[in-house]
Amino acid sequence: MNELSSDQELVRRAKAGELEAFETLAGRYERKVYSLARRILRYEQDAEDVTQQTFLSALEHLEGFREESSFSTWLLRVATHAALKVIRKRKGLPTVSLEANSEPQEDYDTVPHPEYIADWRESPEELVSRNETARLIDEALSELDEKHRVIFLLRDVEGLSVKETADALGLSEANVKVRLLRARLQLRERLTRQFGDPARQFEPHQHTEAN
Amino acid sequence: MKCEELLAMLNEYVDGGVDPGVCEQFEKHLAGCNPCQVVVDNIRKTITLYKEGQPYELPVQFRERLHSALRAKWLEKRGTN
Repeated sequence: MNELSSDQELVRRAKAGELEAFETLAGRYERKVYSLARRILRYEQDAEDVTQQTFLSALEHLEGFREESSFSTWLLRVATHAALKVIRKRKGLPTVSLEANSEPQEDYDTVPHPEYIADWRESPEELVSRNETARLIDEALSELDEKHRVIFLLRDVEGLSVKETADALGLSEANVKVRLLRARLQLRERLTRQFGDPARQFEPHQHTEAN
Repeated sequence: MKCEELLAMLNEYVDGGVDPGVCEQFEKHLAGCNPCQVVVDNIRKTITLYKEGQPYELPVQFRERLHSALRAKWLEKRGTN
């Protein structure tokens, strides 16, 4: 029964005191939360801590969940906050913030231009299915700095909207958009250097200075 | 439209958020610019690649720990079920 129930139904029953409904929800989203945490934090142990904190916090604050977003978006938001806290702690910084306004070079003028441009030798489906290439894909993501990585994960992997991503991180939508563009371009550059076909390479056009 | 302008609108184009007039200009540029065509295709594939990626499995022992922690917390907060 539980397995077929909608999230909304399960949330309602959990709020009414049914532990089994809450456990079904946890079972449904634990891999999603854990994967997000693993991809943000890289280390298994940190990802476990964040996953546990996320579900404990969801349990604690369930009554306060007003269902303005989906349960899954709400969980991912809680998980992102917990993961960012771990990052701050690692860096010895006191507050959780992705430095919304302190970046001087966050506009479109400074978005890096594509340098290595080539058709890929294989389809994305083929590339994700082999261990060796799957590892390169993970590595490329882990090489992004976290403020780009987190946005790419929430928006492109988890499918949050720009607004939901902005809300989750306390950033403006404009900020999310420009960081997402940078993240995508950086990943494209790295992956194309790995997966691009040198026989089908194109030189970028000359970029003249605007005005 | 120049390559730079196309680059600034790449997200909106790939995500389907540009208005039809701009979209037309975008596609006109693409039709005559191989490098931009390939960049757009690379970007789409990059996104697909990560979307298609498999989620990590929870280590079995951790999964057990997690669920018993949740049950304990539930009982502490709500009493018996």
